[in-house]
Amino acid sequence: MIEFEHVGKRFGERVVIEDLSLRIDDGEFFVLVGPSGSGKSTLLRTVNRLAHVDSGIVRVDGRDVSSVEREALRRGIGYAIQSVGLFPHRTVAENIATVPRLLAWSDADVRARVAELIDLLRLDEPGIADRYPHTLSGGQQQRVGVARALAARPRIVLMDEPFGALDPVTRESLQTRLKAIQRDTGTTILFVTHDMDEAFRLGDRVAVMLDGGLAQVGRPLDLLHRPVDDRVRDFVGGTHARLRELAVRTVGGSMRVGDRADGEPVDAADSLQDALASMLAQRRDRLPVRERGAIVGAIVLGDLVAREP
Amino acid sequence: MRGVDASLRGLGRAPFAGRLAPTLRIVVPLTVLVVLLLVLPHSGDWFHAWLPELSHPLYTRTSFAALTLTHVWLVAAATAASVILGLGLGILATRPSGRSLLPTVRAVAVIGQTFPPVAVLAIAVPLLGFGSAPILLALVLYGVLPVLGQSVAGLEQVPASTLHAADGMGYGRWRRLWEVELPLAAGPIMAGVRLSAIVSVGTATIGSAVGATTLGSPIIEGLIGNNPAYVVQGALLVGALALSVDGLLGAVERRFQRVR
Amino acid sequence: MSETRTRGEALPILVLSTTALLAAAFLPMLHVAPNRLLAGVPTSPHTAWLFAAWGVAIVCGAVRFRGHGVVVASIAWLAVAGLPWLAGMSADTILDGAARTTRVQLASGFWVTWLAAALLLLDRLRGTRVVVQAGAWGAALAVVVALTVTGAFDGLALVREWQAQRAPFAQAVVVHVRLAAITLVLAVLTGGPLGWWVWRRRRADGIVVGLLAFLQTVPSLALFALLIGPFAWLARAWPTLGALGFGGTGAAPAVFALWLYALLPVVRYTVAGLGAVPEDARDAARGLGMSRLQVLWRVQLPLGWPVLLAGLRIVAVQTIGLAVVAALIGAGGLGRFVFLGIGQGAIDMVLLGTLGIIVLALTVDLAFQVVLALTERRA
Repeated sequence: MIEFEHVGKRFGERVVIEDLSLRIDDGEFFVLVGPSGSGKSTLLRTVNRLAHVDSGIVRVDGRDVSSVEREALRRGIGYAIQSVGLFPHRTVAENIATVPRLLAWSDADVRARVAELIDLLRLDEPGIADRYPHTLSGGQQQRVGVARALAARPRIVLMDEPFGALDPVTRESLQTRLKAIQRDTGTTILFVTHDMDEAFRLGDRVAVMLDGGLAQVGRPLDLLHRPVDDRVRDFVGGTHARLRELAVRTVGGSMRVGDRADGEPVDAADSLQDALASMLAQRRDRLPVRERGAIVGAIVLGDLVAREP
Repeated sequence: MRGVDASLRGLGRAPFAGRLAPTLRIVVPLTVLVVLLLVLPHSGDWFHAWLPELSHPLYTRTSFAALTLTHVWLVAAATAASVILGLGLGILATRPSGRSLLPTVRAVAVIGQTFPPVAVLAIAVPLLGFGSAPILLALVLYGVLPVLGQSVAGLEQVPASTLHAADGMGYGRWRRLWEVELPLAAGPIMAGVRLSAIVSVGTATIGSAVGATTLGSPIIEGLIGNNPAYVVQGALLVGALALSVDGLLGAVERRFQRVR
Repeated sequence: MSETRTRGEALPILVLSTTALLAAAFLPMLHVAPNRLLAGVPTSPHTAWLFAAWGVAIVCGAVRFRGHGVVVASIAWLAVAGLPWLAGMSADTILDGAARTTRVQLASGFWVTWLAAALLLLDRLRGTRVVVQAGAWGAALAVVVALTVTGAFDGLALVREWQAQRAPFAQAVVVHVRLAAITLVLAVLTGGPLGWWVWRRRRADGIVVGLLAFLQTVPSLALFALLIGPFAWLARAWPTLGALGFGGTGAAPAVFALWLYALLPVVRYTVAGLGAVPEDARDAARGLGMSRLQVLWRVQLPLGWPVLLAGLRIVAVQTIGLAVVAALIGAGGLGRFVFLGIGQGAIDMVLLGTLGIIVLALTVDLAFQVVLALTERRA
């Protein structure tokens, strides 16, 4: 659990965070989204004290972070950044083992954990554990970066635009992987991005941060359907917001149960965006929906446009 | 003095090593040095045949082995002290609390490079008298500069993202220095150490002009007494020694460079 | 965090002022010697003044009240300009009524204090406008020159030595500069084309560069000394060369050795300078119909010029320093003062030569910096 209480931060004259309060629950995937300079990265860094607050309190699991020894605090919190920051002089395995080593785990534990993470993040190229970072692709480097952040099984992980520098395909596959890992382990993740699509794809809750304050906090659909003001509406995408909505909602929630349709079926767990893409590709306005291998209903083009939640 | 420009020195070094196997660059000069040490003491007849007009064709005041040992000892002591001082200052000047010293440290290094080593020697003499003390002081004062410069350069070029990540994962200040920064800066630092040692070999040679007994002594005495045989004996030995030191430390340097 | 940062900012003041204070406390300002060759007795007049001044500077660094920077800068400037004056006055006082041969030498305390003050002034002036910097240093220099002209330093042994050796000293400077200049011109004329060839052939790894790097490792004294034999043989084999002053000792082997040492940096900087132009820019120039020579002349040289100049600066300073050793093989120059002084045990003579070399090196360095700054402004 992470709590911000009336947090304020300034760099000289410039106010970066102003009287901000927020609570992130255990096991939540929480995304801070906002334009660059909105203070979201700074807010994230106050959690592991890479930035100190000028006023207010930041609590992790109920404890004021400023009362915890800095290094101990950081070792207990995972951290991944856009520039990855892998240690060039250490192999992939050594990089992943960084925090467990700092925490003086036994060799056997470290080895086992590294193997587990290499598997978990699909770093399955043979011999990759003994390679040095500069021999890896950008996507592989970031996988190692994420593995390193998760290595000591932290209950909280901070991620600062970790996928920002990756190509779209790699990014999406890493997003999927991260979301799955987070669901399986129940880790609390505080994730910073300026990419609205990424925010909606990953976040259980999303906070829109503008000019050092939280403009709105809520589930992705809340933000899309009920933006509190024009600034949030503009930021979540204006007229494009509806397109985003398709990415957030699943076929299962919009299908007509029991209906029939021809064509290649879509999965109930797929997003409406996938369904739309499939309709366009097949030149059909309705498609069968499949759930656990059986056809359970149909999805209709008109419903994508008309239905309100 | 030579190789003031440490950063560009790399050009032509390592690649040259690629042509001439690195081990060869250690083995050849070392072998030459050992052979010289074994053969020179018995080479009086050859030098006599070459320069019959000389009454003393072989330098015998001090044995060549003893000269080489003193020379090596001076260089080793000076280099060790230079590393401690230069690396220490370099680390201090790149910490957040010492960063304001960085420009001054750089200024000292730049101005220091314009001081010829002989001048440093000459100034040290009135302070410490003749003998090995002023040489040691001069060697250290002069040897610190390349180590300092390269330490600062090496530590400065550690990627900011790496340091940021290290902080984020909970490295303490000193542990980060020891496990992340120093290993990453080891290549440039080692280049500075090699340069420092090479400069020291050369300066210690000149040091015999102010009374130290080094491999420069036969050269200086030969120059003063018009005895080319002495000059050649000293010059051959000191040349082989310099190349041996360069080869050895160059190998260490390359080992560290490969880390990246 | 922010606390350490502000404390850290005063660090140069504290370190340098403390150094100066300790030097004033524990090192002698002056040595008083019965004559030119004998060792002197240390004395330190005016220590109270120096203590007070550096004490104030340390307090300024520790307390950092408003405007402390100006106070420290003033103290540093006063020390840079005033320490020599103080030394000159003390010398006059000591010499008053002393034997004619008595020498008052500047000692370690003076040099350390003065150097600390100069570094402190450098630190304090950093970040100010060029006019302010030039003004402060110019004014200090003007004060020292004015004092020299009015004879304020006449009591100091260094000045006496210079007065006694004015003609040979001036000649040594000329010889030194000539050695360095000839070497530099030769190195540029040969190293430039060689660098171009290395760059064209991408032969940075070639035998040529490797051999030059190898030569750099050989101690200068050994190389100078080893050249005596071959050059003497050349002079004997071709008497015409010998008649031109070409011999085993003297300027010829010295310039040759200096040229060998200068070649590597010249080649390297030429390669770096030519490489400063991105390949596509060269391609574009070729595509516009320029010949290879035109590309070199119109694109590469103008763009690579700052790099080449920076290289020349380093080579020039290096050559001036190395030329000192050349005095040992009879090439003359300021090194002659140093080695002759060492031989006689006349420390003032050593110091005179040393100061000459340092001033020469710094002047050349500064000249190159000015040219570099002017070039960069134009570009």
